[in-house]
Amino acid sequence: MKPVVRRYAAVMAAAAIFIVFLLLLPLYRARAVATIAFQAETMLLVIPPIFVLLGLLDVWVPREQMIRFMGAGSGARGGLLAFLLGSFAAGPLYGAFPVAAVLMKKGASFTNILIFIGAWSTTKIPMLLFESSALGARFTLARLAIDIIGIIVIAAAIKALVPAAEVRRLYARAELMD
Amino acid sequence: MDTLLLYLVAAICLAWSYRKNRQKTTTAMKKAFKAFENILPQFLVVLILVAMAMAVLDTATISLVLGRDSGVWGVLAASLVGAVTLIPGFVAFPAAAALLQGGAGATQIAAFVSSLMMVGVVTLPLEIQFFGKRAALLRNLLAYVFSLIAAVFVGWVVSS
Repeated sequence: MKPVVRRYAAVMAAAAIFIVFLLLLPLYRARAVATIAFQAETMLLVIPPIFVLLGLLDVWVPREQMIRFMGAGSGARGGLLAFLLGSFAAGPLYGAFPVAAVLMKKGASFTNILIFIGAWSTTKIPMLLFESSALGARFTLARLAIDIIGIIVIAAAIKALVPAAEVRRLYARAELMD
Repeated sequence: MDTLLLYLVAAICLAWSYRKNRQKTTTAMKKAFKAFENILPQFLVVLILVAMAMAVLDTATISLVLGRDSGVWGVLAASLVGAVTLIPGFVAFPAAAALLQGGAGATQIAAFVSSLMMVGVVTLPLEIQFFGKRAALLRNLLAYVFSLIAAVFVGWVVSS
């Protein structure tokens, strides 16, 4: 019971502030209530199918198998795979770092790791569906197109700017992690 | 319309998964619920904060700070906010949509969304742990610069 209380402590604090806000500022009361009702309604409508998709992706996409195809000699196909693996992932970017460590340990190349991180941060497919429903298909597709270029450019730049010795050190450190 | 499509895709995938493997499908649903419950507290907090912010900030104020005419400063402000905050997309996109409807410019919102996704100042210590100082700092710096480029591009596409 206690962890639940602690996890929702910020929510309760925010709710308390909201109540004080409504009591002290009657001028903004109607707008605040209308906004929160509209936002909550949108969320409750859109969230269930997204999480169903997230759960299914998590269960059906075999990670171990993909790792084999992302080594140093995997070329463009390995890069594409790294991109897809990142795109089908779920969770915030910091969730990608431990996965990246596992991929390093299993022998994925540094460039593919960087592509994977880039894809995880910007092109997650369930997120794109959600983004498009909130901000429109035009906005989402334009961002997707430019970000795919960005992922490749950033991966190439980091690969070029980080010395090989440093990369070897990172791989050695990933080997020690569990 | 988009929401309907989303439900359709989810329903088809769910039916396929259920036919293929019932147990896996149950696991998937449990994971789905857990993932949802995980973001729920963050989601509720941002929901409340956004409601208060949107109540106080009228269209004129938003237009002034993040509007079409806020120019370079609006884009920079939006991208900095995106870089230092840690908000899941589920929460950020509706907030961004609300700002957009409230009169914010597409370029400014794109700057916010892009830097929010690619740059993580708060999670930098964690990233350094896995990628070392050099690669992690470099990635965040490059991602920040790129998010500005992406913003200009998206703003141009949306407004043209």
